[in-house]
Amino acid sequence: MASERPISALEVRGLTKRYDRPAVDALDLTIRVGEFYALLGPNGAGKTTTLRMVAGLLKPDAGSVSVMGIDALADPVAAKQITAWVSDEPMIYDKLTPLEYLEFVAGLWGCDASTAEAAARDLLDSLGLADHAHQRCEGFSKGMRQKVALAGALVHEPRLIILDEPLTGLDAVSARHVKAILQARVRAGCTVIMTTHILEVAERMADRIGVIISGRLVAEGTLAELRARNGAGDSSLEDVFVALVDSEAVAA
Amino acid sequence: MSTVSLAGFARHDIRLAWREFLTMMSAGRRGRARNVLLALLVFAALLHLPAYGMVGRFADVSWDADLTTLIVITVTLAMAWLLMLSQAIESVTRVFYARADLDLIMSSPMPLGQVFSVRMAAIALTVTAMALLFSAPVIDVLAICGGARWLVAFGVVAAIGISAAAVAIGFTVALFQLIGPRRTRLVAQILAVIIGAGFVIGLQIAAILSTGTMSRFALLTSSAAASFAPDPASITWWPVRAILGDAMALSALLGGSMLLLGLVMATVSSGMGDLVVSASTAGVASTARRRRRGGFRRGSRQQALRVKEFILLRRDPWLVSQSLMQLLYLLPPALMLWRSFSESSTAIVLITPVIVMAAGQLAGGLAWLTISGEDAPDLVATAPLPETAVTRARIEVVLMVIGAVIAPLLVALAFVAPLQAVVTALGCAISAVSATAIQLWFRVQARRSQFRRRQTSSRFATFAEAFSSIGWAATTVLALTIPVLAAITEVLTVGLLAATWKFSPRRV
Repeated sequence: MASERPISALEVRGLTKRYDRPAVDALDLTIRVGEFYALLGPNGAGKTTTLRMVAGLLKPDAGSVSVMGIDALADPVAAKQITAWVSDEPMIYDKLTPLEYLEFVAGLWGCDASTAEAAARDLLDSLGLADHAHQRCEGFSKGMRQKVALAGALVHEPRLIILDEPLTGLDAVSARHVKAILQARVRAGCTVIMTTHILEVAERMADRIGVIISGRLVAEGTLAELRARNGAGDSSLEDVFVALVDSEAVAA
Repeated sequence: MSTVSLAGFARHDIRLAWREFLTMMSAGRRGRARNVLLALLVFAALLHLPAYGMVGRFADVSWDADLTTLIVITVTLAMAWLLMLSQAIESVTRVFYARADLDLIMSSPMPLGQVFSVRMAAIALTVTAMALLFSAPVIDVLAICGGARWLVAFGVVAAIGISAAAVAIGFTVALFQLIGPRRTRLVAQILAVIIGAGFVIGLQIAAILSTGTMSRFALLTSSAAASFAPDPASITWWPVRAILGDAMALSALLGGSMLLLGLVMATVSSGMGDLVVSASTAGVASTARRRRRGGFRRGSRQQALRVKEFILLRRDPWLVSQSLMQLLYLLPPALMLWRSFSESSTAIVLITPVIVMAAGQLAGGLAWLTISGEDAPDLVATAPLPETAVTRARIEVVLMVIGAVIAPLLVALAFVAPLQAVVTALGCAISAVSATAIQLWFRVQARRSQFRRRQTSSRFATFAEAFSSIGWAATTVLALTIPVLAAITEVLTVGLLAATWKFSPRRV
């Protein structure tokens, strides 16, 4: 099992980010290699801020981030080399075709050209974009754009994949494709950390689930562990999540 | 639709136009409407000074002006009309492609013909209002120096604005019918730029060919122009006659322009809904691109960035049109250069500041697109290469493009005046680097489609960029003619850059 591997894929210690209030409050988080980890939380809980700090998009006020044993704050280039980031708002270039976009991403990550091209074509094929490979992205729907962005994240064979609401805007078939691809990556040894508001996705896909509220990790574990903590063995993740949010609101 | 709701829609459209203008002027920051108004008033007041310098001496021109005066004023009015036409084409294009409320309007139970009539009238009103605003200092000066009779010029400006809007609407709709919505956007944008700059540049070229100078009035005041001009009684001079106080000519102009707008609105408004629908879906059926032979390119990470930037620049209609404008401005000096091959002329030194200025301005636009206008900032920020490497690759792209645009002129210049070519090349490089540095210091993350807001995101940076280009252009030409003065302008320009850096949010 993944839990027996020695190095953590992601180790976050005392991670802190403040704006007018603490967005992330001395967060500790450990994600094992080969794990599918779902980070849940209500709106404004600090999920995206946490992931943006891990991906190197935001500088933390305090704390440390280690990706596969690499200090991501001291050596961000090395950490980025093995990390991929996908946000809920697909950021691609309207004037590039999907294949050109993947070529650009592969070039940025310094991938071997022929290997990357084969990987790009495979990805476009598996995401149902093969017929659109040579069309500019400017006319694409949000779902298609999201799939292009996801292909970009995967084309350089990352070892840690960070996804912020990746299924937003995808139709059921596309969402299934994406989930299948992510699960295949996890089976191949990749680590995935994903935020989502679709609790059913977390329930069905995640090895472990973390719940973050007001910038703090308030619960973590497998679905069974979270259920046990909630005191109801057959409750859904939604029940567990709502109970956690309610109890934190009462405590606050 | 009732008159009340039609009026309500007109108010809605005018309010949107006003807010868009405010957003443009305030760089999208809230709570600055009063400041914008104040700044506009101050700017308009200041414009009276150059206006006095330009037209003050013409205030006593009488109704029976000579032919040369008629030619100069008519051509000036024609230039103003073309500039308004350019602005109106751009506004009409935006109505088709960029208005966020089209879905709401199209799905509402209002007659689309009337709705789009209102929208067209709003375009005419906006274009005319802008024309009145910018012509006000000139007309004020004429009225103050020459009497209230000049105030009728406002009527002529209104007629020009209305007719320009009418022609722009008709022209854009005709483009839709002829070449389809996808091409119309690009063609209209490029034509708007070419029309805006083309006439002035055409006059300069004519002036160079006829007299060897770059003054656009040289040709107009020549005897050749007078010999080709129509008879003083011709209808051609009606706009001038109207300005000079001919009530009948003014009535005819105003009536004619409003009739033209009414005709255009009546003709095209009913089919406007279909055109808007085809424009809104134009991007969906994205055509397949020509497939490049060979596989993925091999190369460094910086090379990947450079290639991406080159592709995006090439495929950016805004940039194409902006670059075209810059290139158009290079045509007169190029022509002068060509003439200089056959006949020696000291006027050739004048092309140096034009080229240096163009290099700086083009570099500013390119630098904004490559440095600030990043559509996938997260992707680049999470890529495994240092920020300095990213920035360096982008600067290289700017300088390479500038080099490619300017090099042919410099090479040609080198055959005529080698030393001037070397000095000009140096000036271009410094001017381009300075403009790029200012963009770096003032960079703000934005989408490339927000290119129009580039000059309002920081007016300080915009003015610094313009004055830097002017400063280096002056320094370069003075270095060739009066080197002592060049040292002074150089110090001033370096001082300007230092102050710009000092006040910039990012001291890189």
